[in-house]
Amino acid sequence: MNPLVDVRGLEYTYEDGSHALRGVDFQLDPGETVALLGPNGSGKTTFVLHLNGLLKGEGQVRVCGLEVTTGNLAVIRRKVGLVFQDSDNQLFMPTVLEDVAFGLLNLGISPEQAAVRAQSALENVGMALAAQRAPYHLSAGEKKRVALAGVLAMDPELLVFDEPTTFLDPPGQRALAALLTQLPQAKILVTHDANFALAVCSRAVFFQEGRVAGAGPVEEVISQFEWSFRSPAPSAVR
Amino acid sequence: MHIPDGFLATPVWATLDAAALPALWLVARRAQNGLDDARIPRLGVMGAFVFAAQMIDFPVAAGTTAHLVGGALLAFTLGPFAASAVMAAILAVQALVFQDGGILAFGANAINMAILGVLAGYAPMHFLGSGRWRRAAVFSGGLLSVLVSAAMALAELRLSGVPSKILAPSLALFAIAALLEGAITLGVVEALEGIQPGFLRKSPQRSSFALGAAGLAAILLATVGVQFASAGPDGIERIANQAGVAYRAASAGSGWTAKALAGFAGLAAVYGICVVAARAARRRSA
Amino acid sequence: MHHAVVERWSRGTSALHRRDPRAKIAVLLVYLIVLATAHRNFALIGVVLLLLVLAGFLVARLPVSRALARAAVVLPFSLAFAAALWLVGDPYRGLTLVTKAWLSALAVLLVIATTPLPLLVHGLESAGAPRFLLTIAQFLYRYLFVIAEETAHITKAAASRGATMRGLLGRRARFRAAAGALGVLFARSYGRAEDVHRAMLSRGFSGKLETLGTLRFRTADAGFLAVTSALLVGVRAL
Repeated sequence: MNPLVDVRGLEYTYEDGSHALRGVDFQLDPGETVALLGPNGSGKTTFVLHLNGLLKGEGQVRVCGLEVTTGNLAVIRRKVGLVFQDSDNQLFMPTVLEDVAFGLLNLGISPEQAAVRAQSALENVGMALAAQRAPYHLSAGEKKRVALAGVLAMDPELLVFDEPTTFLDPPGQRALAALLTQLPQAKILVTHDANFALAVCSRAVFFQEGRVAGAGPVEEVISQFEWSFRSPAPSAVR
Repeated sequence: MHIPDGFLATPVWATLDAAALPALWLVARRAQNGLDDARIPRLGVMGAFVFAAQMIDFPVAAGTTAHLVGGALLAFTLGPFAASAVMAAILAVQALVFQDGGILAFGANAINMAILGVLAGYAPMHFLGSGRWRRAAVFSGGLLSVLVSAAMALAELRLSGVPSKILAPSLALFAIAALLEGAITLGVVEALEGIQPGFLRKSPQRSSFALGAAGLAAILLATVGVQFASAGPDGIERIANQAGVAYRAASAGSGWTAKALAGFAGLAAVYGICVVAARAARRRSA
Repeated sequence: MHHAVVERWSRGTSALHRRDPRAKIAVLLVYLIVLATAHRNFALIGVVLLLLVLAGFLVARLPVSRALARAAVVLPFSLAFAAALWLVGDPYRGLTLVTKAWLSALAVLLVIATTPLPLLVHGLESAGAPRFLLTIAQFLYRYLFVIAEETAHITKAAASRGATMRGLLGRRARFRAAAGALGVLFARSYGRAEDVHRAMLSRGFSGKLETLGTLRFRTADAGFLAVTSALLVGVRAL
């Protein structure tokens, strides 16, 4: 079975010269759920932005059987659904329904069809009643669900979440975890929340200074790198 | 500076609405610059920034505070056409959603603040922009944008029959507000340079001679406007007679033609200068 | 009164809410022009126009007294102007000015309170207003409250700086702090705009913003437009 995500030797340097990725190898199979852990600035977010072509570095990036090139972006951005950390920046349309329909309209689907599919995507995340509301007035958890609906509506094969539990209170975190475990798509979760990773993911990859420093089952990675609040006093992480 | 409905005489608001229509269409086209809708999010968000920034109080003296208007700041950071587009959007939201500024008076407010104010704010940057005059350019840009907008507003009120005894003190207040706008704009620009050095220099702006000239024209028009606003009824009649326009005292409904003509004349002057300057610029670059 | 209230009002279902926004815009313009050009018999016309607007609020099932209070936001400036006019010996002009300003604000409020902003924008666009400017206004509105909240946070921090310093030095310090706060806010807003753009690209944005709904002008709308306009013109002829 071909991996859904196949990244080899990915390198990326930002405009200001910071060498954010120094040769990352990463594979993900269909249906798998993996957590990306690691300190701030270790390259986790930079890495995932390559998966739908927002950033272009050196090395090989294959997603859903396609090389990530300018010609493939339209297809890849349908197959890869990115849920950003700040939902406010993701829900940019005036109403919830229009936002969820945004991706569908870009795919060339007719407005009538897009409205129907958007409504059903909202039902799937339990936000059907919010269709005509303005995103500003939703709670953080509701916004996250609407953002997810907007991505799910496009029928993706891979879901990527950047720090999904930021702004969420514990009930919100539990609700999101429950929702995620029900979704069949492969998932990548960039997260600082070790408990959330444990609840949702089967394995984890630990980033450090632009490289993969370790990988394996979530508990093992967490204890290997002492990546939990309840760990003993951390020794220097090498 | 936002003129509500009910303050302007019908010939005045009608003329300005008619003049604002093509102006805003032009601004929209040039700001879009053939780049589809890609610019819209940034312009919208920066408009929200200016809107919100207008709520920050800057201490002035004895407990009074001032706030940023933002036309010049936008002109420096986004370029004059984008700045006009954003200011127009701000005015629209203020008028519709917050009932700040009239609907029939929208043309007047748009011309005063979104078009002439922005142009006047941009002009110093165009003529003095680089090198050691930069701080002066930023300061005077802020100052002129408020001064021009205010002068136009006062002139329009005068033209609508508001006695100059009321307007003259307002002019003094606006002059102070203009100085503060200059100071605040400069303060923010310097703070920005501290956060991201070279930011302003990086913003690509097609500085054209025509734009600079248009800015000057705006300032000129405003100077005329100021004189008009502060002139007593005799003074106005003298000016009007010299311009060959018969003027009647402001009583409801009469003097329609005279007022409309006066309004048109002013705006025609600005457009005329812009056209001439644009042609001159084309000849230069040819 | 917080704007959230007006937004909630706009989602009502009365007969007035259901009218096509273009009809409401047209009627609003007729109303405003009638009001602006009224000179003879102004007192009578003013009363009739007030009654018409109040009737509108009743049909829309909206709280009249709260609407009157909200429209009173134009009063401070107008009253000051009117007072000045009274001092120079033209009280009648001042009175008409205040009345016109207040009635205009009421009429605009009625339209806003019965038309969700996205619909109003659609209406304006199909009536010929530049789409580019209108869409900027929509994004502006969407992020206005988000950035306003951010502003409140930042200014609280800035206000504490130089708060204890007195006199010119204190004012200078507070001025600098306020300018610094604006600078930070500018930078954050600019960054937010880039995030929004990235989120748009991630869902297939390729340059043109598509929208869902098309407006349909029905017989009821035509009837509403014709009857109300005729009524208003009749009032003007008084």
